[in-house]
Amino acid sequence: MKVLGFALRAFRRDLRAGELSILLAAIIVAVTAMTAVGFFTDRVGGAMKDQASQVLAADLVLRSAGPISPGYLSDARALGLEFAETLAFPTVVVAGEQTTLAAIDAVSDTYPLRGQLTVADTLFGNGRPATGVPLRGEAWAEPGLLGRLGLEVGASVSVGERSLRITRVLQYKPDQNIGFINLAPGLMVNLADVPSFGVVKPGSRVTYNQMYAGSDAQIATFRKQLTPRLRPDESLRGREDAGDQINAAIDRAQRFLTLASLVTVILAAVAAAMAARRYALRHLDNIALLKTLGATQSFVIAVTVTELAFVIALTSVVGVLLGYGAQYGLAVIAAEFVGFVLPPATGQPFLLGVLTAATVVVGFALPHLLSVGTTPPLRVLRKDLPPPRLSAAVTYGVALAAIGALVLVIVRDPLLLGLIAGGVVGTAVVAFGLGWLLVRALSRFRGAAGIAWRYGLANIARRGGESVVQIVAFGLSLMVLLLLGVVRNDILKTWEQTVPANAPNQFMINIEPDQLPGLKAFFQAEVGQEPVSLPLIRGRLTAVNGTPVKEVKVANAQGAAFLQREANLTWTGTLPASNVVTDGTWWGAGYAGPLQLSLDAELATNLGVKVGDSLTFNVAGEDINAPITSLRTIEWDSFQPNFYVVLSPGVSADLPQTYLASVFVPRDRVEMLSRLVRQFPGVTVLDLEVILSQVRAVIDKASMAVQYVFLFTLLAGVVVLLAAIQLTRDERRFESAILHTLGAARRKILQGVAVEFVTLGSLAGVLAAVGATLLGWGLATYAFKLEYTVSALLWPLGLATGALIVGITGTLATRKAVNEPPIAVLRDR
Amino acid sequence: MLRAAGLTKQVSSPEGILTILDDVSLNIGRAESVALVGPSGAGKTTLLAILAGLDQPTRGRVWLCGEDITAMDEDGRALLRARRVGFVFQSFHLVQSLTALENVMLPLELAGEARAAAVARETLANVGLSARVGHYPRQLSGGEQQRVAIARAFVMRPEVLFADEPTGNLDSATGDRIGRLLFDLNAEAKTTLVLVTHERDLAARCDRTIRIEAGRVEAGEVEAGRVVA
Ligand SMILES: Nc1ncnc2c1ncn2[C@@H]1O[C@H](COP(=O)(O)OP(=O)(O)OP(=O)(O)O)[C@@H](O)[C@H]1O
Ligand SMILES: [Mg+2]
Repeated sequence: MKVLGFALRAFRRDLRAGELSILLAAIIVAVTAMTAVGFFTDRVGGAMKDQASQVLAADLVLRSAGPISPGYLSDARALGLEFAETLAFPTVVVAGEQTTLAAIDAVSDTYPLRGQLTVADTLFGNGRPATGVPLRGEAWAEPGLLGRLGLEVGASVSVGERSLRITRVLQYKPDQNIGFINLAPGLMVNLADVPSFGVVKPGSRVTYNQMYAGSDAQIATFRKQLTPRLRPDESLRGREDAGDQINAAIDRAQRFLTLASLVTVILAAVAAAMAARRYALRHLDNIALLKTLGATQSFVIAVTVTELAFVIALTSVVGVLLGYGAQYGLAVIAAEFVGFVLPPATGQPFLLGVLTAATVVVGFALPHLLSVGTTPPLRVLRKDLPPPRLSAAVTYGVALAAIGALVLVIVRDPLLLGLIAGGVVGTAVVAFGLGWLLVRALSRFRGAAGIAWRYGLANIARRGGESVVQIVAFGLSLMVLLLLGVVRNDILKTWEQTVPANAPNQFMINIEPDQLPGLKAFFQAEVGQEPVSLPLIRGRLTAVNGTPVKEVKVANAQGAAFLQREANLTWTGTLPASNVVTDGTWWGAGYAGPLQLSLDAELATNLGVKVGDSLTFNVAGEDINAPITSLRTIEWDSFQPNFYVVLSPGVSADLPQTYLASVFVPRDRVEMLSRLVRQFPGVTVLDLEVILSQVRAVIDKASMAVQYVFLFTLLAGVVVLLAAIQLTRDERRFESAILHTLGAARRKILQGVAVEFVTLGSLAGVLAAVGATLLGWGLATYAFKLEYTVSALLWPLGLATGALIVGITGTLATRKAVNEPPIAVLRDR
Repeated sequence: MLRAAGLTKQVSSPEGILTILDDVSLNIGRAESVALVGPSGAGKTTLLAILAGLDQPTRGRVWLCGEDITAMDEDGRALLRARRVGFVFQSFHLVQSLTALENVMLPLELAGEARAAAVARETLANVGLSARVGHYPRQLSGGEQQRVAIARAFVMRPEVLFADEPTGNLDSATGDRIGRLLFDLNAEAKTTLVLVTHERDLAARCDRTIRIEAGRVEAGEVEAGRVVA
């Protein structure tokens, strides 16, 4: 109790006297950076969970090949769940003379439970959210269906024995099947109309769905009830299942951003250690005094620990509040590319904030402050008693252990922790080495003109160790910002330049072989250029060297995954330009002999096959068997359609197939595509530029978010600077008082200070530019395989930013010490 | 009240073992005032530190308030100091970040005293500093700072007060006032006073003077009032 009261008073007084300012600022920056990311990823995580529900149009979907027991629905109702039913089946739709295959989606009035339908009143018209579902006797058609049948909104179509009026264009439904091959265009109808069609009979290909939505707890309960009662042909899909991939991506992004903010935490922790050291040294005399006044060692330690607990409490609260405010910045950046409003954050990141504060305090401040607790009381009489020294092993050991523990909590992976630790230590060693060299090189300029220069540069050299810490702290944060701001842009530009100006930008699929000549003629007439086309054959690998795949042992998981799905095959006589044969021989342009296969070399490795082995593919119910006669490596980013498996020409031409085609259409001619859709119903057009610009927007936003996180690192760099200045404050006051009494003008002293910090900042800028150049070059050359030339902007920008920020902050922070009247300083001694 | 027997203090230095105190014994009664005098470097501060339990002798024992403090550990001595011992130093040793009042409150707060502020205010009034309670040490003159330090030393009504050259940093007139204050408070509170000083007047006011020379007590303690060489 006595300890608590005393510590509280001491804390209040230290706060008032500004003794804790830098320490608090350092910890608050760390907590803010950490929790800003925490709150943000928490919200994005929540958003993605919602998104996963939208993909299902519900929280839980029961799918079956036969009618589903209505009993399930009454159970759902009993639990308070919302529910909907849908029925999906393919059938022929007739409009006058025209017929086409359509995917019918019959939905109950409550569909969709999650997400929204987008509809329009005309083909390619402006979309808007739909209210409800098609009324009885009405239907909403997808654009492709209208194209195939040559209809407009308002026309009637027949489904079985029933005629339906098309009242809307259906542009989007949440549970859209993604996958663009051989997909019949959709027609959405009211579930109650289905019996009147007379097409759903026992044995017809129908998928029945029941959809449920409710709170997490309700869904979990219901799922548990339902699972044991399912028939073999019934399956459940929850949003965990739908969201697996998304979750993994979010998890990765979250860890990455958290690790990025860890850089801030480490820098801030360094500042905290410096501030704690100064605090400790300043309090040596006070602690000795307290002891002569009768405070025991354990009391002093208890008070110290309690005061630090207050520090943790205060910084956590302030930091979490600031972090919550700061995440809005991230949320605004993200909102655009996530494309919807983020849900509110949970309280989880608060814990992260407390943990961060505790890590910095325990790992970096506590050792210094505890060591002071052992100050002997005799110090009040004998000033020459040296302050208790802290062994380097303890200081660094505790600090590393604390940061290590924090990282482990974040990444939950000892191996990754090892990698990160290696990276951090490696970077630190290189950066410190560079910093040290820079400081060393500086001493050559000592003789340069003027007292201000000599005084300023002498200061950097004298406080060599601290100078290096400041240069490194600042240089690293600047480096990351340069890398994200300048180098990223350079790399993107370089990459864009490698894309030829008239590279194909429109991609077409589902072209029937008899449509191909007409399509070519169409483009020849419209844009004066024929599209490049390739046949596409869908096939499933069924046997290797005559052994059914069920019994085949493939080399790895990617190989196994290939067996799971239908593969896209093509046939051609000429080797695609982006391919290189690495083994065997290519059949050549005029080849028309027995069927042969050419495989992607990597796929061959994954499957564990080589030239000479034979593969059997099932194509539309028919087995085709051929030997592998060559392996190829493929340049995947060549903007050309590429295929793992290529067949030789000749007999391949008789297999069931469609065509893909790609062509360049100038931006101002894209309106012709709507004519294309009408003239060639069934052909699906993908606009690569739209896709690419979306990808680019996502990259932009993502790097902006990362940049935002690293702004905190810059802030931490500033705090390191302030901590270092504070550490030397008394010394500086005394020095400038002496210089004053020796007759130096205040302005001269201040100039010296300015020289010192502008130089420090410039050195940090040099370090940043060197680092960003090297890293940028490495990334460009090895990760993106691009010729990268360093932007001329990098160096001046790094130098100027460093000199400006450090110069101004440093000079301002030191000005007070310089400006104090010498008498006040000398009296304090 | 305060007794020392065979105190020896040795430290090791580059030139070998240095004997600072050599077999010092003394006995000081309740409410007695004693001046420790001697040339610079004689070992006065060292002796005071050991008597007050701030330092440990190499050999010998010290009994303070009837307890053998040489047998105690650092914390035991601290607890003894907390309630029964006061200090005044040559260089005041006020906490720079605390006001005069807060400095005087410190020992009370350490002892968990509830009415710390009121008691401290009263004590500051006793040393004539009522008007300066809210001032920080650097806003006070040397004499005022020392008065704050004296108030802090007396606020717990200690049984023994140790002072190491309390007037050493002050001009003679101010030193005189501080000396009077010390003795007035001492008389009023019946405190045992152990005082290291170079000031003859101050030493002369004590009941007794003990002269230290090169780490030894000079033969023949001198009674109060008699001339000290
Ligand atoms: N820890 C130590 N290490 C080395 N020498 C010491 C130590 N403590 C004291 N001394 C020496 O012991 C001698 C006595 O010191 P002390 O401070 O007790 O003298 P003093 O009588 O108080 O002198 P003054 O009147 O100048 O204050 C001095 O020569 C001092 O240098
Ligand atoms: Mg002395």
